[in-house]
Amino acid sequence: MDKLTILDELKKVLAPYTTNKEALGSINDQTDLIKDLKINSANIIDIIIDAETKYGIEIDPDSAEKMSNVGSCIDVIMEKMNQKE
Amino acid sequence: MNKRVVITGLGVVAPNGTGIPDFLEAIQNGTSGIRFNPQYEALNFNCQVSGVPDFEWDHLKTYVNEVTFHGLKGQGIGYAIKAALDAWNDAGNELDYESDTVLWDSGCVFGNSVSDTAVIKNIIARVDAKEARKLGSRVIEQVMNSGATAYISGRLGLGNKVITNSAACATGSQAVLMGYEYIKFGMAKRMLVGSTEHVDPYIFGAFDSMRVLSRKFNQFPEQASRPMSASSGGFVPGSGAGAMVLEDLDFALARGASIYAEILGGANNSGGQRNGGSMTAPNNGSVIKCLEEAVMNAQVQAQDIDLISGHLTGTMADKMEVANWMAVYGKNNNKFPLTNSLKSMIGHCLSAAGSIECVAVALQLFHQFVHPNINLEDPNPEIAEMIGMDALPTECLKKEIKIAAKANFGFGDINTCLIFSKFDYNG
Repeated sequence: MDKLTILDELKKVLAPYTTNKEALGSINDQTDLIKDLKINSANIIDIIIDAETKYGIEIDPDSAEKMSNVGSCIDVIMEKMNQKE
Repeated sequence: MNKRVVITGLGVVAPNGTGIPDFLEAIQNGTSGIRFNPQYEALNFNCQVSGVPDFEWDHLKTYVNEVTFHGLKGQGIGYAIKAALDAWNDAGNELDYESDTVLWDSGCVFGNSVSDTAVIKNIIARVDAKEARKLGSRVIEQVMNSGATAYISGRLGLGNKVITNSAACATGSQAVLMGYEYIKFGMAKRMLVGSTEHVDPYIFGAFDSMRVLSRKFNQFPEQASRPMSASSGGFVPGSGAGAMVLEDLDFALARGASIYAEILGGANNSGGQRNGGSMTAPNNGSVIKCLEEAVMNAQVQAQDIDLISGHLTGTMADKMEVANWMAVYGKNNNKFPLTNSLKSMIGHCLSAAGSIECVAVALQLFHQFVHPNINLEDPNPEIAEMIGMDALPTECLKKEIKIAAKANFGFGDINTCLIFSKFDYNG
């Protein structure tokens, strides 16, 4: 799966957790989940769980801590998918 | 500090009506909300009927934002959110969910008996399957007992006391009394009070095992809830939520609020599980004491009561309850107050019973009627003998009523009685 596909899929994962649909539509690597998308910090864990299900991966707690903006989310997801393959 | 306390907003999710207009029509017409419950049949319960509100879950999207809605599973919390926010809105308050203002003078007392067991079941299954890490962030807020209260107060920005109370079947009226007292003694200007309950097979399965539920009317669900009748054989599981906005009279008048009724006082005690009282049965002496203290605190006389909204569940205890009312309100009076049981229409909503019944009392005082007791074709002869059939309306009465008493009695030997009055500025 390439980076653009992951980004597209990630938007769907993030959608239920933000009311800021405009910001979600124009996310890039630098978009911060909490500051820009106004996602409740407690919901980050739900996003990680949803991402695990969606991509069939497991995200360990240390990797999860890195997932603060869209770029780092994609990096972690790609890394875990590559490990799987 | 001794403030007058009025009711300015109502909200309800009841088996025979969701929302005030439908509920009002149902209680005036004597509409039963009891239906056959196929799940109870499948689970081999003796009781196979229940009262479940007609509740459109997706409707909650207009009450909470989509992020909150996503992951909201607790049925009782859903009922509570609707009833409470409806009451807040009905009181003419602005619903400004985005404002940063904290309402320091407004609080919430909302009760329940058990948090949602469907949510608990999900946790147990996940943890036992070694998948605890998949539970996510949204389950604790829905299994904590204060879940309903937390959702409500957070949505409205309530900044005064925010309390979750629990006193079994006395929970709802206890919540109302607590809110009343905070305002009366000047600790808050406005309290959103109420309680919620979800018809839950695990809780009612345990009640079924106690043989306290109706079992002889499974083929005739609407006839199953029969308080005070000779053929009553147990209560019918019910669920829902009731909510009221209580307000300092001056505060309400200053903002031009319309007023349903006034709360004059009330009392809450326990029989200490002594002198006949136990975990499951009331100490009759303490019930009488509670009913007496309620009228005393309200500064009215027992003979001033026009309407008794009883606890009256449809069990053996009805007779004792009526005898206790009689001991206090029948003393100096040839004519016993009109007496009704909302449970004849909606069953026993446990923690939610008191608040839904308080909403019904406020509506009766505001619209000046007495709702019927349905399924009372065969009154218990001892009850009829004690208070007379004239006191037990089986049709809706259009009648002037000024003062009403509402009581609930709960496991743990807890009693609550509230005295309501039609609002009159001159008292």
